[in-house]
Amino acid sequence: MIAVQNLVKTFGTVHAVNGVSFDVHAGEIFAFLGPNGAGKTTTIQMLTTLLTPTSGSVRIDGLDPRTHPYDVRRRFGIVFQDPSLDGELTAYENMDLHGVLYHVPRRTRVERIERLMTLFELWDRRAGLVKTFSGGMKRRLEIARGLLHTPKILFLDEPTLGLDPQSRNQLWTHVKYLNETEGVTVFLTTHYMDEAERVAHRIAIIDHGTIVARGTADELKQQTQTTSLEGAFLALTGATIRDESADAADQMRQVAKMWRR
Amino acid sequence: MRAIYILWLRELKRYSRSRAQIIASLGQPLLYLLALGFGLGPVFQQAGRGSYLQFVAPGVIGMSVLFSSIFSGIGLLWDRQFGFLKETLVAPVPRLHIMIGKTLGGATVSVIQGTMVLVICLLAGFRPSSVSTIPLAFAFMVLICIVFAALGTAIGSSLQNMQGFQLIMNFLVMPIYFLSGALFPLTNLPTALAVITRLDPLTYGIDGLRGALIGVSAFSAATDFAVLVSVAVAFTVLGAYRFSKIQV
Repeated sequence: MIAVQNLVKTFGTVHAVNGVSFDVHAGEIFAFLGPNGAGKTTTIQMLTTLLTPTSGSVRIDGLDPRTHPYDVRRRFGIVFQDPSLDGELTAYENMDLHGVLYHVPRRTRVERIERLMTLFELWDRRAGLVKTFSGGMKRRLEIARGLLHTPKILFLDEPTLGLDPQSRNQLWTHVKYLNETEGVTVFLTTHYMDEAERVAHRIAIIDHGTIVARGTADELKQQTQTTSLEGAFLALTGATIRDESADAADQMRQVAKMWRR
Repeated sequence: MRAIYILWLRELKRYSRSRAQIIASLGQPLLYLLALGFGLGPVFQQAGRGSYLQFVAPGVIGMSVLFSSIFSGIGLLWDRQFGFLKETLVAPVPRLHIMIGKTLGGATVSVIQGTMVLVICLLAGFRPSSVSTIPLAFAFMVLICIVFAALGTAIGSSLQNMQGFQLIMNFLVMPIYFLSGALFPLTNLPTALAVITRLDPLTYGIDGLRGALIGVSAFSAATDFAVLVSVAVAFTVLGAYRFSKIQV
């Protein structure tokens, strides 16, 4: 479903992603783990047509995002690291707008919005303005929205950041359920190792722009002779703390946080 | 086409829901109209130029339209900050459609805003010279809206954060307004000012409005029209170009 060969992205002299290769099979839940600044988000941006790779090849359902951006976009849904809802619109309007942007025919749109919003326990709040929603509700709405156009792949970039354990648990239950019932392939990143261990079929660990290990959670533990995925992760990527310099996006995130209060 | 429509509709919904903002945005034109219209009225009268309220009303309408259309474009910055922009940029829709939808939405909101200010002017005692030319006034209003909504989109696409906003406000929006002939006649100006006012696109918009509403203008309606249309095309191309360069 996703095939990546020797993917490279350089910003000036920095190799954000340096020769990454992996395959994600159809119907699989694939976790892409790594410390801050390892190249996770940059990789996702290249897979989702938001960034052009410096070199290497990407195939999404057999298509090259560079040459077929619109066909590729129709095939995936994405939940970004930062919220991307319109707070001044209602939950339903956000869903509907997405459906129109993705050319979902009206009848299908109406049916599917109701089905997904019911599944994510948001149907009762459909007429509420999104700015009045809690963090967990917004996340659920974003995932429901990402699935509206029946994508083949769902990208989740740290979807549980800042959520309480209840919301996280509920969110993964829904994601697993959709993976099993609709067969949607899931590509996720997270900093919570227990989540990855719980939901992911296979895991790849990236550090300094290259993949340092891959396999199932058990394989990674065996490989590193550790008892938990967290232990395996630390054994593979070291215990030093990565200081990311704040770029424009981080600064914006801070302002957005400030304004959301 | 559906994408353009839904993004246009989004702008209107957002506008109709921000009641406080609507009222706040009517305050400034009202202040200009009352303070300047009545305050400078006697001086203007003594200079033999007639009623200043009559003269300044089209300028005040032009001002509110200028502000609201530029700010709607800069609203892109909010979309960027609150993340919604990304949602539209990964959608299987050409960026040009997104830009057009947003710009038309902003322009429509500004026309509504301008119409409300026109009504306020009428309530304050402004009397258009003839009813038959009011459609022409609206045509000029629409043109001003498109010109500056497109400029706003170009600016909104180029700015990275809110810090640049004050800069744009003080060094672009206010000069466009004050140097446009909104507040003073374009005749007998010092040469430098005469040149600058003629380089300001809003000058032609307000001149067109004034010609249509009170029958007084420095240029012919055809000149105003031609300049505004050319600038609208140029700014739309610029806006579309800048928008296509946005990186998320």
